[in-house]
Amino acid sequence: MPELTINGAAISTDAAADTPLLYVLTDELQLQGARYGCGLAQCGSCSVLVDGVEIRSCITPIGSLEGKQITTLEGLASYYAAATGTDQQASTPLQDALVEEQAIQCGYCFNGMMIKGTELLLSNPAPTDAEIRQAMNGHLCRCGTYPKIISAIKKAASKTVVVNAMTGKEELA
Amino acid sequence: MNKSAPLFAIKRRDLLKAGGALIVNFGFPAFASAQSRTPVAGPPDPEQIDSWIAIHQDNTVTVYIGFAELGQGCSTALLQVAAEELDLAMHQVFTTGLDTHITPNQGGTYSSSAMRRGGPQVQRAAAEARQALLQMASRQLRSPIDALQVTEGVVTNGSASVSYGELIGDQRFDIAFTGTAPLKDPSTYKLVASSVPRNDIPLKASGTYHYVQHQRLPGMLHGRIVRPRGQGAYKDGIKVLNINEASIAGIPGARVVRQNDFVGVVAEREWDVVKAAQQLEVTWELPDNLPGNDDLFRKMETGMTNERVAVDEGDVSIFSDAFVNSEFKATGPYQAHVPFAPNCALADVSGDGVLVMCSTQDVYNTRTSIANLLGLETENVRVQYHEGAGTFGHSCWDDVAQAAALMSSLAESPVRVQFMRWDEHGWDTYGPAHIGKAKVSADSEGKLLSYEYEGWQHHWSLIETSEQSAKGTPAAEWPPFPAQQINPLTLGSMYDTDNRYLLNHHVPGLDYLKGAWLRSPLDLSFAFVSEQAMDDLAYQLGMDAREFRRQNMSNYHWLDVLNGAAEAANWEARPIAANASTQGVVRGRGIGVGTHLASYGGAVAEIEVNTETGEVRILHLYGAIDAGLVVNTSNVENQIIGQLVQTASRMLYEEVTFNQTGVTSLDWNSYPIIRFEQCPEVTPVIVQRLDETPSGAGEEVMAAAAAAIANAFFDATGKRMTMYPFTHERVLAALSD
Repeated sequence: MPELTINGAAISTDAAADTPLLYVLTDELQLQGARYGCGLAQCGSCSVLVDGVEIRSCITPIGSLEGKQITTLEGLASYYAAATGTDQQASTPLQDALVEEQAIQCGYCFNGMMIKGTELLLSNPAPTDAEIRQAMNGHLCRCGTYPKIISAIKKAASKTVVVNAMTGKEELA
Repeated sequence: MNKSAPLFAIKRRDLLKAGGALIVNFGFPAFASAQSRTPVAGPPDPEQIDSWIAIHQDNTVTVYIGFAELGQGCSTALLQVAAEELDLAMHQVFTTGLDTHITPNQGGTYSSSAMRRGGPQVQRAAAEARQALLQMASRQLRSPIDALQVTEGVVTNGSASVSYGELIGDQRFDIAFTGTAPLKDPSTYKLVASSVPRNDIPLKASGTYHYVQHQRLPGMLHGRIVRPRGQGAYKDGIKVLNINEASIAGIPGARVVRQNDFVGVVAEREWDVVKAAQQLEVTWELPDNLPGNDDLFRKMETGMTNERVAVDEGDVSIFSDAFVNSEFKATGPYQAHVPFAPNCALADVSGDGVLVMCSTQDVYNTRTSIANLLGLETENVRVQYHEGAGTFGHSCWDDVAQAAALMSSLAESPVRVQFMRWDEHGWDTYGPAHIGKAKVSADSEGKLLSYEYEGWQHHWSLIETSEQSAKGTPAAEWPPFPAQQINPLTLGSMYDTDNRYLLNHHVPGLDYLKGAWLRSPLDLSFAFVSEQAMDDLAYQLGMDAREFRRQNMSNYHWLDVLNGAAEAANWEARPIAANASTQGVVRGRGIGVGTHLASYGGAVAEIEVNTETGEVRILHLYGAIDAGLVVNTSNVENQIIGQLVQTASRMLYEEVTFNQTGVTSLDWNSYPIIRFEQCPEVTPVIVQRLDETPSGAGEEVMAAAAAAIANAFFDATGKRMTMYPFTHERVLAALSD
């Protein structure tokens, strides 16, 4: 019986070890962030972070995830706060920027956009346009919101807080 | 009394108690109030104001809207319209989910109609409610109506005040919708024509928005359809020769549900049913009746067709003797809707009635189709709309709703059916392929003398595959309708000339793939052909592309979108293809105009062509739209951006591939769409018209942008593309011509 750590909580499931993580998240835990898009790891709809790295939950069997930290959209704000050493907010700067930019149309792909965009901002707090496009290239959007997502990531970057290792103080990236 | 109404009321309560997210569409605070309307088989009487508007005791208002939120923001924009007429703030107005037991029938959410048809209806209903509320307030406050003012739903005569909620909270108006109440003067608008933030976006950003894919029914099974990978000819449908049910015996609880050639599997666990659908051994009859991509256009053009002259004015024979003329023939492929998430539906078919939750763009039409499928009266079927992924036309939402209803009926249990990626890609009703031939001519001054266009394409498919396979209903096409054939609106209406001839070749569609409306249906193909021919006239005359168009237009709508796009792009006049080259990496710019059914689009494209690899990069697209009154400018800005990016995708990458047996583009690798690294810069331009009515803003820039991209290719290289998408192979072939 696989034991999983999802958003910091220990979860046990009786699903078979070959079950892709996505089906445990959506059907057993009723989480809404990761969602089915292609089942082929081609679109990014089902993305989650595993030990801080974005992966496709639709093809990742739960048997391979024991002992790893799984973060879904529901746990993203908490994860972001811990990773940046800041106080936890209800949402991440990227989520706020997407709302401010009114970037979302149907919004179905935005789970992946927020997971991947946050992974990017945590590893590169001030990405260039080209770096954003390169990092996000594996995430598809059918509504054509790419230009606004790029704007929102830049806006979030300007608000991304990092802790200065020398002074211990929070600074804008 | 309709026996199904209490049934559904009870079911709904049970579901809420069970913690399911059944009916919560938007999670608005006032949603509970919105549900105070007792569900009764609809549609509610559109002649009654109570069918449209309910005032609550807390001075909030529910507006019952019959249009689907598709991510275009209409649920916010229609509330803006209502709040404006009622003198309410946005935080006081709410809407509820589209539901045949709750919301009025405003027709389908098609052809950018939410604001065009829905805006005026909601506006007049709100004005009528306001008039009634003022009459009540006048009696209560003992003041003439003229002496009353309303702010945020509070009516005052200067010394005393009363709120809407105090006047009528949670009671019925019981007044007729006459449509005669005075409307506000547009110059006083506070909410309309501004960029009010959308209601749904914060929920979508937080992951708490309930898509149809998130809905659950108590005790439901998961279902999947089982079909050949990729559809064959529409008329052939699906034919099962043999099913080996033992092939899924090892999967817990999985079983086959079948009605004639309709095959599905159900199981308690979703992963089990996914495995079962892939593992089930079915032998299909797979006829090889399709032309395949290679023979498609030859078959369309040389096969039997039905001809209809759409326009015949003046004398186009002037073409032959004109100072310049251009004859240009080109083709557009089948393209797919393929929403980012495949369609999903839930159904509960029981002895007393049917509940279907799906992403249809027309709940009342889907109700009729489900009732026919199951042999029931329509009032025994309740259809709820829940948003799925952006579909941009008729994808598989009716097909999956029918599949869910059939499976629920066969399994005798509520069922949730999710199409797999290959189901959605392979069984779509695609935007039909097109062959177009334009003949245009001008005099030495650049005045257009004649405009001719003939085109070949089939109609849209009427019968869904689930019904076709379950009941043996023969494949059939929609009857003739302007948007699916050659029509004067989209072809040539922007240019002034006395001599026009439009000829439609209807290709009988049953021997081809299924078809339906895909955002800006056929308009991309029309503009790709027509606007390249117009551009060629300007080229032959040595004229600037914008100037040539400008001097052949007199309609201010067309002029404003043409100039709006050109000015945003800092367009400077010069002859077309002045610097064209087929060597190295070359740049070009192009301009185009186009429409769908009502509004006006203009676009400029800046592109780069690598003549060695054949790669085309679209650097920047400028798109201008004149859609009459724009209620929510931010929404329309997003619509323009989306249209520009989708057009870039469709011009460069998208093409349904198929062989003689069936469709072979079944995922995002075999049917690529545009990605971040390929996405152009975009500049949206809105032509705002406060004194006109909304005419729809969801489609019109696409044709213009397609034309601009094609013309930019010629400007860069001096060569014309005769087919899209612009694959490397096609580009290299065009350059070597």
